[in-house]
Amino acid sequence: MSDERPISGAEKDQAMRTAEDLRAAALAAAESLPVSPQPPTLFEVQEMELNFGPQHPSTHGVLRLVIRVDGEKILETKPDIGYLHRGTEKLFETETYPMGIPHTDRMDYVAAATNNHAYCLTIEKLLAVEIPRRAQLIRVMLDELQRLSSHLVWLGTSGLDLGAVTPFWYAFREREQILDFFEEYCGARLTLNCMRIGGLPFDLTAGWVERLMEFVDDLPSRIDDYEQLLTDNRIWKKRTVGIGVISGEECIEWGVTGPVLRGSGVEWDLRRAQPYECYDELDFVIPTRVNGDTYDRYIVRVQEMRQSVRILKQCIDLLEPGEIRGKVPRVIKPIAEEVYASIESPKGELGFYCVSNGTNRPYRMHVRPPSFINLQALPRLAKGHLVSDLVALIGTIDIVLGEVDR
Amino acid sequence: MKVLTPTVLTYIKVVVLVAVVPAIVGFVIVLAERRLMGFMQARLGPNRVGPKGLLQGVADLLKLVTKEDITPAHAERAVHFLAPVLAVIPALTTLAVIPFGPAVRIGKIRTPLWVTDVNIGLLFVLAITSIGVYGIILGGWASNNKYSLLGGLRSAAQLVSYEVPMGLALVSVLLMTRSLSMVEIVHRQGRLHLWFIFPGLLAFFIYFVAGVAETNRNPFDLPEAESELVSGFNTEYSGVKFAFFFLGEYTAMIVISCVAVTVFLGGWLPPFPHVAALKFLRIVPPFGWFIIKAGLFLFGYIWFRSTFPRYRFDQLMALGWKWMIPIALANIVIVALAILATPGRSNGLFVLSYIFGGLFVVMFLLAKLRQKLARRERLAAVPASAVE
Repeated sequence: MSDERPISGAEKDQAMRTAEDLRAAALAAAESLPVSPQPPTLFEVQEMELNFGPQHPSTHGVLRLVIRVDGEKILETKPDIGYLHRGTEKLFETETYPMGIPHTDRMDYVAAATNNHAYCLTIEKLLAVEIPRRAQLIRVMLDELQRLSSHLVWLGTSGLDLGAVTPFWYAFREREQILDFFEEYCGARLTLNCMRIGGLPFDLTAGWVERLMEFVDDLPSRIDDYEQLLTDNRIWKKRTVGIGVISGEECIEWGVTGPVLRGSGVEWDLRRAQPYECYDELDFVIPTRVNGDTYDRYIVRVQEMRQSVRILKQCIDLLEPGEIRGKVPRVIKPIAEEVYASIESPKGELGFYCVSNGTNRPYRMHVRPPSFINLQALPRLAKGHLVSDLVALIGTIDIVLGEVDR
Repeated sequence: MKVLTPTVLTYIKVVVLVAVVPAIVGFVIVLAERRLMGFMQARLGPNRVGPKGLLQGVADLLKLVTKEDITPAHAERAVHFLAPVLAVIPALTTLAVIPFGPAVRIGKIRTPLWVTDVNIGLLFVLAITSIGVYGIILGGWASNNKYSLLGGLRSAAQLVSYEVPMGLALVSVLLMTRSLSMVEIVHRQGRLHLWFIFPGLLAFFIYFVAGVAETNRNPFDLPEAESELVSGFNTEYSGVKFAFFFLGEYTAMIVISCVAVTVFLGGWLPPFPHVAALKFLRIVPPFGWFIIKAGLFLFGYIWFRSTFPRYRFDQLMALGWKWMIPIALANIVIVALAILATPGRSNGLFVLSYIFGGLFVVMFLLAKLRQKLARRERLAAVPASAVE
């Protein structure tokens, strides 16, 4: 792998823009898309405007979509976001650097550990501190556990959206076990607050690793169970194959990252492309598929879960006793600088852009949330599909509204 | 004893049927569904109300009855009121022609276990169940809600198109039964020593799939589709009216199952009644056999619900019009040829049974093989190190 990031320029630009700009751009882009010529119809077409959400079981939170439909065919989709906006980016400015970590928990609330990680990584880059190896490994383990639990939530809910009820229960059964691991580690199950600038708050409890080993040994057979229910299921394939096709080039143009990008054939994973912590030592495959439809994104995520299991096993083998905190000053007061650091969260590139002015608070903190940027592509994906597919497409992008709105 | 004339008995049976079926729906089927789905989904299901959760139905009923009955401000009030009624009454009416068992003796009274045996029984069932569709369509339209309207439109298209393959499937069975009377259909299966599911295997599949679609159950539950249309046609219904839709849906399930049992599975007959070795099966009374068989179908409904994702609207229509109707038509020709080949005897039907049975086994194995190959292909696409 080359160290050069092929799309870094464009992405950095995007990250620097403010949220309002992005939103305006998304809406403008959705409107400027060419309307495919309608075939001549016998009857007069009567369009209907349908208000999809913010209170809707399949929008995965408080996303509102204003869709224009002809019968059930979608002519236009306008995402309307902001119902969960809590001003997190502004909050960062008002508090000291360590106090920002709990706020990141509330962004992508099904994957708090990766949020903590990205935030801490940014501040560490600002401070240029070295993280002890044990802390690095435990961070990777927490990340991968979080990736598993996030993908399990995705698998369950997106199955539920398409009417497959049972995978949801199976996936949440395993997710509960993962949350138990988090609870044992840091006391919380969702809003973990499980990382600190320069390392970790706690060492692992006794027996944690052994229990984790048992769990990851068992998990592949559970993943087989989910696949048994869905992968070769004719109806599942009918509902997902060829739905919401997007090419790799388009993904890059839209700034889409994560499993959606890899489902379109672009082998781009920050764990490999710009390794952080000790990912460069670990042996794992980046699953990609070529068709870029909902089914391929499903396959990519399922295979990513299998890869996470492999990473966890390797981490357990590499784990050695040692320090869990680097040498960080008691009061964190970085020099005036601007940094951007990003990690591969379960949903894509999660980045923090921090402007420091030499005080103990950030001057400006901007988040590059993968859900928000991936959501931009929804109007493009949904065009011409049916209302039922819209539900599948919201599911396949894997958004968390806490992260979209922040 | 002059009081209990046949007419009075019929009235009693009607009252029993109308009173008992909602009770079964409320207390047995719903509880069984929730417990079975819980079992299939690695959870418990309702087990708190009464011993082992047996009184869950009572709790549900109380909840629905005491809930406020809301009519949306701009709803078409009369139609909004009529729709749930239209969903229940036809479903209950159809039960009148279902033969649940042969004549039984209670004390000194001897009476058959059906309300009436009309000579157009099967036609009656088809005709009356079609009316039930209006409940859903009108309910969706009258609610003055876009989601409900979409649900109603979906059900209009779906139910109208699935009536056709269902009717055609039953036509091919009619060639074997030579009668539309439900009782006569059962008797003929007893005389032939052959359940019509065997020569009518194809018809059976088409009937049952169409039946699932007719009752709006998974994987064809598009009109309500809670994750897309937020319950679709019944979004704006609450309280007793909602309970009526609920009752209508489950009664329709019972009707579809009962018709399937009567037409394809020999009604109240025990399996292979002519085989001496299986005489012990007669321990179970005929009515018991009917219940067991109908229960199997209802179990199938629940099983489907916890296994399958939902079809999309256009795919559902394509399945109905491009696959099921042509196959049903071809099936009529095949069955007709089999009957014509051996006039006056039923040998053709037996041959057809063997052919269909063989085909079924072959297709089952082929499907398994295909699944295996697809899996291997999928795994081959991933680098070898990724598969552990």
